Amino acid sequence: MQQQNRDNTTTRILVPTGALGISFAEQAFARGVGAKPDIICVDGGSTDSGPYYLGAGTSKYSRAVTKAEWRQLMIARAEGDVPLVIGTCGTCGADASVDWMLSITREIAEELGQTVKVATLYSSQPVERVQDALRNGRIAPLTPAPDISEDSLGECTNIVALAGAEQINAALDTGADIVLAGRATDTAIVSALALRRGDHAGAAWHGAKIAECGALCSTEPTSGVILLDIDQEGFTVEPMAKDARCTPHSVSAHMLYENADPFILYEPGGYLDVTEARYHALDDRRVRVTGSHWAPSDQYTVKLEGARIGGYQTTIMAVLRDERYVADAREWIEKLHRFVTNEIEKRMALTPSGYDLEFRLIGVDSALGALETKPSNPAEIGVLGVITAPDAETASEIGKLINPYVLHYPLTQDEELPTFAFPYSPAQSERGALYEFCLNHVMILDDPMDAFRLEVIEVGHG
Amino acid sequence: MASIGETAFNVRSKNAGPFWVTVDIFCGDEAAFATITEQLSSEDVARLFQQPVETIKRFEIPNLHVVKFSLPRPVVQGDRFDRDMHGAQWAVLLAEHDLDASGGYTLGGDAPGKLTRVP
Repeated sequence: MQQQNRDNTTTRILVPTGALGISFAEQAFARGVGAKPDIICVDGGSTDSGPYYLGAGTSKYSRAVTKAEWRQLMIARAEGDVPLVIGTCGTCGADASVDWMLSITREIAEELGQTVKVATLYSSQPVERVQDALRNGRIAPLTPAPDISEDSLGECTNIVALAGAEQINAALDTGADIVLAGRATDTAIVSALALRRGDHAGAAWHGAKIAECGALCSTEPTSGVILLDIDQEGFTVEPMAKDARCTPHSVSAHMLYENADPFILYEPGGYLDVTEARYHALDDRRVRVTGSHWAPSDQYTVKLEGARIGGYQTTIMAVLRDERYVADAREWIEKLHRFVTNEIEKRMALTPSGYDLEFRLIGVDSALGALETKPSNPAEIGVLGVITAPDAETASEIGKLINPYVLHYPLTQDEELPTFAFPYSPAQSERGALYEFCLNHVMILDDPMDAFRLEVIEVGHG
Repeated sequence: MASIGETAFNVRSKNAGPFWVTVDIFCGDEAAFATITEQLSSEDVARLFQQPVETIKRFEIPNLHVVKFSLPRPVVQGDRFDRDMHGAQWAVLLAEHDLDASGGYTLGGDAPGKLTRVP
């Protein structure tokens, strides 16, 4: 392990997994703890699962799983007496998710008999703050950005700003044992301590980007645990699972992952440029990286994420198995769509501008839609009707109105009424609010803490 | 005529935030990298995604034998008309695309190993 080569100026970071809630290999984690890291960092969220989690302010992962994994990290933190940091608590990093994580932390501390100083960093933005910033020209669009106005900002159910290393360090500076951060960049929680200690800034951000997804930068992506050493010139990365390896290829290829640009990464306060980075195998499992460059910016900006309710959805599903209907499924949904559009207008006095109704053919092109290039010849086809309306009652009413036609609509007038397969009763599902992302912007700040709030409390048994 | 999927080691796609999707073609070796960079044009990619070619960012990374394309998502993630929340199935559009030796994009005069950015 790297331990032997370590000097006082190196910052050692243990990343147990790419996201709290997706599990990690226990033996690998124990090896990582044994390497005596200076800090344990884990990501708790992402926009990857869609706008619902930010819109509703809720976690994607179950509380039980989150608690079980967080408990392991809290035990390791106490044993190693090092800070434990989680970024983007509860998937979306809204204030309610930080408090959710705090309640879990409090329970565990009490169960373990630990006394823990906890810093909570809140990233939620009051709408008025963002509206003021917009009015004062302190909001800038990224590409591509939806149009925004003070009114559209007012429709957001949650707006968060992504904290950078500065805010994470402000939380660490409180001397907290545990930092529960709201929305933060995935990299900031990993780079912060090394930046504070004066390690190479390019190495800190680049190493953080490589390590933030856990073992995804290794040959065994599901093993989870990664150890990262950041020093004055570069960084070294090593997977903790015994059969996992980091290679120059696996590490450099990780810059491609979920990055629109594999060489440039924008962060609060500047950007990372890895165009000149060199990847060197120290042995068959460790990689050394140098030549990463950090370019500070003149203005300090934080990225904003926001979600609002775009409508309410009801879905309905039928399965076609009859050979003729499978062969003519496209024609069937086109005729059905025309027919029910007319019925909805007649019976509900609702024109197509007042709602959206789409039939997707599962087994034909339901994933790619108009982009599909491959002809298919399935035995059966699922017909998924997706209704989106301004309110839940209208969506549900439309679902009920079209139900008999989705079940029985005939291709021709002179045939006995067909009946297709409904997989369940009721055939329709009320999906509730449909949230949509409505911000891809940055906000200019004079001081990094201007848009963030920090609180410190003690939990557990005193 | 071979498809990109048959020529390359792996083709994957994923959201790069809610507003972008990125496709990575791991060619596997130098020969496949040369074939794909020569025979897959940014126009082909634009056509497959039905997006204007100006929106396609193209990266060629010779030392990884990777060709990467990033573009604004044809539909924003989670929009009512979005059919693939993670954007991971879009990779098949490229994987199943047949390479065409007659047309396409040719590497410029850059030195080997140097990053080539083609907007």
